[in-house]
Amino acid sequence: MSTFIQTLFVGLRLGSIYALVALGYTMVYGIIRLINFAHGDFIMVGGYTMIFTVPAVLALGLPAWAAVIAAIAVCALVGMGTELIAYRPVRKKGTKMTALITAIAMSLLLENLAQAIPAIGPNPKVASQIFTAGGISFAGVTLEYTTLLTIVISAIVMVVLFQFTQRTKLGRAMRCVSEDKEAATLMGINVNHTILATFAIGSGLAAVAALMYMAQYPKIYTTMGSLLGLKAFVSAVLGGIGIIPGAVLGGIVIGLVESFTTSYVSSSMADAFVFLILIVVLVLKPAGILGKNVGEKV
Amino acid sequence: MLEIKDLNVFYGAIHALKGISLTVGDGELVSLIGANGAGKTTTLHTISGLLHAASGSITLDGKDLQKVPANTIINLGLAHVPEGRHVFARMTVEENLRMGAYILKDQKKVSENLEKVYAHFPRLKERYKQLAGTLSGGEQQMLATGRALMTDPKIVLMDEPSMGLSPLLVKEIFAIIEELHRSGITILLVEQNAKMALAVSDRAYVLETGTISMEGRAADLAADDRVRKAYLGA
Repeated sequence: MSTFIQTLFVGLRLGSIYALVALGYTMVYGIIRLINFAHGDFIMVGGYTMIFTVPAVLALGLPAWAAVIAAIAVCALVGMGTELIAYRPVRKKGTKMTALITAIAMSLLLENLAQAIPAIGPNPKVASQIFTAGGISFAGVTLEYTTLLTIVISAIVMVVLFQFTQRTKLGRAMRCVSEDKEAATLMGINVNHTILATFAIGSGLAAVAALMYMAQYPKIYTTMGSLLGLKAFVSAVLGGIGIIPGAVLGGIVIGLVESFTTSYVSSSMADAFVFLILIVVLVLKPAGILGKNVGEKV
Repeated sequence: MLEIKDLNVFYGAIHALKGISLTVGDGELVSLIGANGAGKTTTLHTISGLLHAASGSITLDGKDLQKVPANTIINLGLAHVPEGRHVFARMTVEENLRMGAYILKDQKKVSENLEKVYAHFPRLKERYKQLAGTLSGGEQQMLATGRALMTDPKIVLMDEPSMGLSPLLVKEIFAIIEELHRSGITILLVEQNAKMALAVSDRAYVLETGTISMEGRAADLAADDRVRKAYLGA
């Protein structure tokens, strides 16, 4: 029983991180129908930003996690830059396929560019402890504070984000642009600004994910976002890409599958199971768990 | 109010509008009729800034519409009900109407206009919580029209409002257009249903492969032999 509870929480923690990253994929996909392969690398950008800003933050007398604010800002800027420099021009002239290939190129560019920066280089860096260690124990189960914190923070972020899209002017504009850019323009919505804001928010979430990820795995390297990003992408597709609650659900499912496979089957099977689940779900329900295959009304 | 002069628009290599000129005066209901592919929708899209003209001018009360970004044209008092309704399918009826008032800052004004639109379209009020994508074609047309009225526009462009609707609903939609016209709103109407369009309009233009072939009082055009043969099936 204690193994089960432990595994459950490990899965929820991992799933929360996937969910945060998946939200970024799903928001961008929702608004411009592009799978932003560079999104996983924004986590790396956030990770390094925190590595470099933690000393300054501590010198200011602030707790180490406050470095996430700098990471959010840098990730948002990198996300907006990616849209402005690469995606927007390609969207104007190219096809969906050109845009997709640009996204893959952007991902490799970020990874290699980071490695070329002398202060980063090819060797991994280890982050100093960000949150105080410790946890609570009950019934033979030990839950680290960071586990609970990760789950709670992710849950809060998701609720806030969902309310944001439902209730705020920018959130509603984002929903309109995602549905119909022409009609959104006729309503007076600046489509390009709205897309840019979506990139800023989605990329900022990657920085939050980076913080939660580093609290568990403090090793930072330039390709750290590849597999993490891929699994988060799988989460988004699994839940139904373009749907915010779908990204959350998909992330939690993938996190649980991974942790239960590791505990009860074999840790080497965990990733295989994740992708197996993806294939099974897509065969049974191509639009994802929450997705609907709705025909467009003309 | 709206004045178009010598407008040329290209779709890639296709010369879609070949120097058309037209005017819509204050409070007028003017329709633009013609066959499929004549350039009617292109004309409206160019007015709204969704398409760019190669040459020519479009002015609204003397202001050059081609000099302002498409999403700010609604601020000048021009609303556009697009072809195929283009309602936001995953939003509710009321959310759609509120999006129509996106540019308004005064929430009291938004609520007032919402009530006005509901008074015009009681059916929308009954269904205010329903997702727009689940409405019937006629209801979606009402929603798209109501959404365009949310900013109290001076002029409304309506693109094929009767498209895909049953004859009964077509009558209903045209009754609404007449009602809006009577309430003082200036309307530029694009229609394939020339008979209905000419019956409600003050004036009309006939568009043929990118050029205006005829223009005049709607009643005169409806009586013209060439129009009757080509567009009224008489």
